Amino acid sequence: MARGAPGVRAVALRLATGLAAGVMLALLALPLAALLLRVPPGRLLARIGEPVVLAALRLSLITSLAATALVVVLGLPLAWLLATHTFRGKRALELLVDLPMVLPPTVAGLALLLAFGRAGLAGRALSACGVTLPFTTAGVIVAQVFMSAPFFIVPARAGLASVERRYVDAAATLRADPIRTFFHVLLPLARPSLLAGIAMSGARALGEFGATITFAGNLPGTTQTMPLAVYLALQTDLQAAVTLSVMLVILSMALLLGLRAVPTHALWRPSDAARASR
Amino acid sequence: MILRRAPRARRIAPALALGLALAGLAVAIGPAVAATPPATLTVFAAASLAEPFTELARMLERQRPGLVVRLNLAGSQQLAAQIEQGARADLFASADARWMAYLATRDLLDGAPRVFARNRLVVIVPRTNPARIGRLQDLARRGVKVVLGAPAVPAGAYSREALRRLASLPGFPLDFAGRVLRNVVSEEENVKSVVAKVQLGEADAGIVYRSDVGAAADRDLRTLALPDPADVVAEYPIARLRGATDPAAAQAFLALLASPEGGAVLARHHMTPVAPAKP
Repeated sequence: MARGAPGVRAVALRLATGLAAGVMLALLALPLAALLLRVPPGRLLARIGEPVVLAALRLSLITSLAATALVVVLGLPLAWLLATHTFRGKRALELLVDLPMVLPPTVAGLALLLAFGRAGLAGRALSACGVTLPFTTAGVIVAQVFMSAPFFIVPARAGLASVERRYVDAAATLRADPIRTFFHVLLPLARPSLLAGIAMSGARALGEFGATITFAGNLPGTTQTMPLAVYLALQTDLQAAVTLSVMLVILSMALLLGLRAVPTHALWRPSDAARASR
Repeated sequence: MILRRAPRARRIAPALALGLALAGLAVAIGPAVAATPPATLTVFAAASLAEPFTELARMLERQRPGLVVRLNLAGSQQLAAQIEQGARADLFASADARWMAYLATRDLLDGAPRVFARNRLVVIVPRTNPARIGRLQDLARRGVKVVLGAPAVPAGAYSREALRRLASLPGFPLDFAGRVLRNVVSEEENVKSVVAKVQLGEADAGIVYRSDVGAAADRDLRTLALPDPADVVAEYPIARLRGATDPAAAQAFLALLASPEGGAVLARHHMTPVAPAKP
């Protein structure tokens, strides 16, 4: 009775939830809508053919694809280790993996320079092998990998860890070797998390700015990705900056949607998992 | 369930404690900040003015207790864009006339700008000098990594002009400017980033203002002066902005800048002060 009628409380709660969610959504949606409304589709198409835009677009696509592939290839084993093993120093390792998510990108860029620059910690060894990273496209990819890796590793690890032990054990009793078990049991069962991780890290790589401009510099065609092109255009040609931004928004959305739309059986067939554990 | 929840609770505890500590700190500091709303002078200044303007800001704060001078230091082109898009500022000091004119044509200035200082360009190389650059002609050698400001950045525009002028001097090949520009590995968004890339030893050479090679940079850098006919003299205009919140403080900053003490600060940072014209 002191609590008031349950109906009123329910309505109030529903109102408060709706209001909060609405404000949050408006905050997320309005800036995007403002960008999209500012550019008629005709101009978008006209601009896309400009050499600077084309170069930035191409470079962005190539580097973020390469970075995402590297993150998956190098990150999946680490995610698996973290998901299935306990060892001394694991906490520290997890912290290390999470860090780029909260690190200001410019700090990351400076750290990369001090590590992989030619005067950096590992720079001498790298240049002895003929590898130069600062001011090169490879440097852009390294910056993107550094910044986007946790966005894949963290969900991948969670996904792999959530696979129930008994499936793995069942595969083992059926004498499936660990590699077979990994590809036919673990991966298919963790697929949603892995795909989400790929989408997130890919989108992060595509949007990477601060670490790139600090570590790899800014040169059209070599290191000037879309976000860098937007930033520099913003200072001279607002219209161009808006147009480039819209392209980037569309690209990022397509990436997120595309990976979500991948049919569940496209990459690994669930039947494999069933067969292996049967 | 209980077994699963316990460790999670333990993991949350430190985060919670940290959150509480931060909130407590905010509560403790909050009133102290809010209690005396200080008069604030906001100065948007070209990145190359960082050192002298920081010093001038502290001088003015000492002269006028209660006044806080906030500096926003970035590439002039970026500051102009910020002001155009509605950023609140009292004064704008640009590294060239172009971005001052940009704001003037948009009717954002309050009164005419005044040139208060001149700056000169200098070529910088890392102290270790990995590309063995001994004279300006070496900048055109194949494979030398040159970093400049982007063309929209005043220092970048001045640098390109200086390279063109060098090409017309005896002792320089006619295609000197083109060859150096082909060596450019990065176009930085402000002149201080050019200094940083050379200071870190990542770039072999850069072109910056004489005033950028301050005490800190001096340890890591060597400089090559430009011959007089090639030296582009950068002129720094300053102007009050429309909608300034504190015109008196803005005026005081301008007066300090024009005073002998202000001139001495500029000169100490390798700029040439320009005295205001006698009315």
